Amino acid sequence: MSHLPKRRRIERRPPLVLVVLAALGAVFFVAPLAGLIARTPWRRVPELLANDVATDALGLSIATSIAATAVSAVLGVPLAWLLARIDFPGKALLRAVVTLPLFLPPVVGGAALLFALGRRGLIGEALYEGPGLLLPFSVWGVVVANTFVAMPLLVLAVEAGLRNLDPRFEGAAATLGARRLTVLRRVTLPLVAPSLGAGLALAWARAFGEFGATVAFAGNLQGRTQTLPLAVFMALETDRDTAVVLSMLMVAVSLAVLVVMRGRWWRWR
Amino acid sequence: MAMTAASGRLDARLVVSRGEGFVLDVALAIPPGRTTALLGPNGAGKSTVVAAIAGLLPLAAGRIELGGRILDDPQTGVFVPAEERRVGVVFQDYVLFPHLTVGDNIAFGPRSRGAGRRTARRAAMRVAGDLDLGNLVQRRPRTLSGGQSQRVALARALAGEPDLLLLDEPLAALDVTTRMALRRTLADHLDDFPGPRLVITHDPTEAFLLADVIHVIENGVITQVGTADEIRLRPRSRYVADLAGANLFFGVAAGGVVTIAGGLLQVADTAAAGPVLVTIQPRTVALFPQRTEGSPRNTWETTVTRIERLGERVRVQLGGPLPLTVEITPGAADTLHLVTGAPVWAAVKATEIGVEPWEPVLHHPAKRATSGDHP
Repeated sequence: MSHLPKRRRIERRPPLVLVVLAALGAVFFVAPLAGLIARTPWRRVPELLANDVATDALGLSIATSIAATAVSAVLGVPLAWLLARIDFPGKALLRAVVTLPLFLPPVVGGAALLFALGRRGLIGEALYEGPGLLLPFSVWGVVVANTFVAMPLLVLAVEAGLRNLDPRFEGAAATLGARRLTVLRRVTLPLVAPSLGAGLALAWARAFGEFGATVAFAGNLQGRTQTLPLAVFMALETDRDTAVVLSMLMVAVSLAVLVVMRGRWWRWR
Repeated sequence: MAMTAASGRLDARLVVSRGEGFVLDVALAIPPGRTTALLGPNGAGKSTVVAAIAGLLPLAAGRIELGGRILDDPQTGVFVPAEERRVGVVFQDYVLFPHLTVGDNIAFGPRSRGAGRRTARRAAMRVAGDLDLGNLVQRRPRTLSGGQSQRVALARALAGEPDLLLLDEPLAALDVTTRMALRRTLADHLDDFPGPRLVITHDPTEAFLLADVIHVIENGVITQVGTADEIRLRPRSRYVADLAGANLFFGVAAGGVVTIAGGLLQVADTAAAGPVLVTIQPRTVALFPQRTEGSPRNTWETTVTRIERLGERVRVQLGGPLPLTVEITPGAADTLHLVTGAPVWAAVKATEIGVEPWEPVLHHPAKRATSGDHP
């Protein structure tokens, strides 16, 4: 008997066309990052970051993006639950409207918000005449604009998670005596935690980088509504080094969040 | 047969339309302390029965009454939601909560019914102890074996102190060896539960061993109701004849020989020892006009007590010493000139005889099946 190799390996080279195109695709993502790093004036970083414009924008961006993510979660999870679990007339239309901000140019979204919530707007007039609330060109305006573009991502992620959840988990909880809100809190939400986590991360990233809707609805006032993306855009015109450093700052924060988020939501799997 | 006030009987007539022309129409009555099996093939409507009784699916017509309490009655508009029914369910594949520990899974019922954290935990620990799960309470469901998961599912259902226990294919997810071992423990645990119990299964052996009464369900309707013996000896449909028509005997195995009430059987399984359940499928028994020379080692003379034509097959009932149900082709029946009361030789190969370890003293169907052979 001759010796047989333990395991036969079948070498199959991937098609060359695919490898070349994939490599080009990778370069497409790596190149801008490399360009940014190469262009960063490392020695001037502390000085440029200490600048009022930079610190104001960073603080505002972090605060408003977190606030927008929180609002998205509080309103978006129930919305996703409604879309996933309840049948009602006009549901398809509602889902389309909720998803629209993903496809709409953000500037148009900001303009729409202005017409609705501005001082003379459909709802804005009542808000102004009543509690004296004026959203445009305020910090709250930034949060509203961010939420408008970020929440759809959370709704879609959570709705998909709910649809993929075996409904028997909720049924089992009900037979054990759990009321609907208890089922939601103790079974449904923990089980869709991976989707919720992904939705939160996507929503936060979208809010953190929001530009168009913010500039249209909240304006560009340093220290009040000028977020990091707006500051970068302004600096590109006047001070390239600041623009680069602010961009690097955004890359760093986003990367940090991405790393922290990964694997966080799957502990029991 | 003592009726307690706490655990009343289940009286149900379930009518549910599942679309595509399928209508479930099933009547069930289970006294407390009794186990009924609902035996049927896949797609017969078994899961719909579970969902309807558990309160996860409303009836189209009919009525569910448990211990004098109406749970669902479309005519009067009564519908008690699942969370208020006190119906304990052991789901198919168990559906344990993967994000909770075993202890928290078991404590889920008491917690949901308003018990404090500590009280719920104490209740959970008690049930876990009863089911021999005390050392698993810190584990996550995904780290459990199939048999352990099954017991956790049972513990979770029991911890809610239900009025009715509903088991949907409780052993189907297990491998053959575990299934055999767990049948007995499950039978014991069921005996401890005071309320009515309903076992849903497609496995006739499971139904015979766990239940006092068996309802056969096919295509949404009950086609036969009876004890294990009644179902197995007088099957009323092809499905029952095929699946439930197996011959079951209890005996004691030693060194490849099983001693049963009717005599000795040679079996291929030489490792089996002690009390066993012997299964002989009707189609594996051969009939001859006189003694045969050749391979089958189990050969004996008997008489025909009953002949029944079932489509393209003939069911023959044999008398002592080993009362067997046999299935042969009409052609074979004609050649043998079979008539009731005529002598005939039966033969079964040792390799065709199923042998499973079983302790007959612990459960009623076992006792009944053996005593049924010797009236």
